[in-house]
Amino acid sequence: MSVPATAPPRAAAPKRPTPQRRSTSSRSRWRNRGWVLFFLLPSAVPLVVFTLAPMVNSLWVSLHDWNLVSPMKWVGLDNYADLLTSDDTWRVLGNTLFYILGYLPLVYVGGLGLAMLLNRALKGRTFFRAAYFLPVITSWVVVALVWQWLLNPSNGLVNQLVQPVLDGLNGLFGTDMTAPGWWTDPQWAMPSVILASAWKDLGFVMVILLAGLQAIPGDVLEAARVDGAGAWKRFWHITFPLLSPSTFFVLVISLINGFQVFDQVYVMTGGGPSGASQVVVGQIYDLTFRYGRAGDASALSWILFVLILIVTALQMRGQRRWVNHA
Amino acid sequence: MPETLVPTAPVTPTTAPTSLRRPRRSAGQILGRIALYASVVVGAVIMLFPFLWTVITSITPSGSLSGGPSLIVEDPTLDAYRTLMESMPVWRIIANSFGVAVVATLLQMITGSMAAYGFSRLRFKGKNIVFAAYLATLMIPLQVLVVPLFIQMTRLNLNDTYFALLAPSIASAFGIFLLRQAVDGVPRELDEAATLDGAGHLRIFGLIVLPLVKPALATLAVFAFMGSWNSFLWPLVVIRSPELMTLPLGLSTLQGQFTTQWDVVMAGSVVSILPIAIVYMFAQRHIIAGMSHTGLK
Repeated sequence: MSVPATAPPRAAAPKRPTPQRRSTSSRSRWRNRGWVLFFLLPSAVPLVVFTLAPMVNSLWVSLHDWNLVSPMKWVGLDNYADLLTSDDTWRVLGNTLFYILGYLPLVYVGGLGLAMLLNRALKGRTFFRAAYFLPVITSWVVVALVWQWLLNPSNGLVNQLVQPVLDGLNGLFGTDMTAPGWWTDPQWAMPSVILASAWKDLGFVMVILLAGLQAIPGDVLEAARVDGAGAWKRFWHITFPLLSPSTFFVLVISLINGFQVFDQVYVMTGGGPSGASQVVVGQIYDLTFRYGRAGDASALSWILFVLILIVTALQMRGQRRWVNHA
Repeated sequence: MPETLVPTAPVTPTTAPTSLRRPRRSAGQILGRIALYASVVVGAVIMLFPFLWTVITSITPSGSLSGGPSLIVEDPTLDAYRTLMESMPVWRIIANSFGVAVVATLLQMITGSMAAYGFSRLRFKGKNIVFAAYLATLMIPLQVLVVPLFIQMTRLNLNDTYFALLAPSIASAFGIFLLRQAVDGVPRELDEAATLDGAGHLRIFGLIVLPLVKPALATLAVFAFMGSWNSFLWPLVVIRSPELMTLPLGLSTLQGQFTTQWDVVMAGSVVSILPIAIVYMFAQRHIIAGMSHTGLK
């Protein structure tokens, strides 16, 4: 805080306040530098050493063949070329996309439903909100194990309830339906993961949408009601458009999280059976720690990173087009 | 949670004509309320029952698990918990999870608030570029970082240590971003008044700014603690010794050992849910607000 000794020319004043600072002595400038270092180094050092440097280094690693032990061998862009032409890569990308496409509608529609319920005057609203949110604070590993048990094909709760129903139907129509094998069946492995994931995240989506719903002015809805708009019309023409910032946020978060899905897949299916539910991050993990292909894993990490950046950028552009900033 | 808007009252005094229809509507409204409560309760059952089932399974004798599902356990037993205790250092693992989460949270609060103060209150060349670099690290998810970071830790010879568990969460760009917004909101007149009274940066930071950004610090604390508590991929990659494991990692190792002993796996799940569920019971409001607010930033 220095008071200028001589009044600077009026015309220059608004544009460049810097001339005042010239007058500060070099000693206080050094002292200022000391304070900058004092306040910023505790965060700058770990961010550089444990985030930026590894990322830049992995770009270098991705240009080599390397099994983490023997010396690196330069291969140029071969790792990227191999990955982009390999069926495995497209399969895990496809599985990840399948996960996102299954998970998103479930979690959004479910979360919106719960949010609309809790947006009504309701006794015990705090309790219900807390109950719906409980899975959110539970770790993915627990959720995955619990659902692996619930969806256990032979003696899990879900099939023990489903099979008698199917048996009854079979008796009536002479069909031969059996309960799904869930995570042990290649066709049902990913749906099992999706189910568990949607269950866990429902409460999170609900809380965000609930905040959005509570920001919608009540008199707008009341005016529409007086004008004779039914519940569905009020929802479709007022609530839903005014909720679009929250909807957009849920979409962005879910998409980005979807590309990063790993924990629940690793625990529930391990990517199996026979790779049927392997996702991108799982592939990165396996490439490194099962096959010792750190170069390929680094390249795939960068591909995933670029993919996430593109999705984020696209969504930021899309936001301008269809989000209604009330 | 801003509870600003209470849903509109069904009948307002100004709409006199509609009040004539009121008796007929209220019959429908009663049905509506029953339907509302029924759906809310069904929702709660779907969200809570898996937890109850976890507890029930963990006290069911393993022999009776293959039978049909039953809510009432005829001869409850703690055998599964005993097996669990014998197979891994459970208390140590719980302590690890708490210790790492608490230290990670404190570190992020300290480094985050200091950086936020630096970016908000100090003038230096290239500040915007440095801040942009901080924000850039925000774009790198741990899932992308995990192999590069593992290679880095191998180089530094830090694998399988407590420090390795903490390394990626010493500073969080997200926390810095969150706190900078809060510090920017603290009026500069306060700093100036303190400067006139002879206070330096340290005092302004510790005695004026920090107390005024407590809500943002609390939000960061919830976010950081939950993130560390539930973290799985990084511990899985970097930890080998059972005595350094955190709860999610320890729990995941049960699965391989006890694929058929679901009572033991569920006992492990109960043990790892219980501590955080207790915290949640007391700080439920703050945790929900913290996690959803950080989302909304």
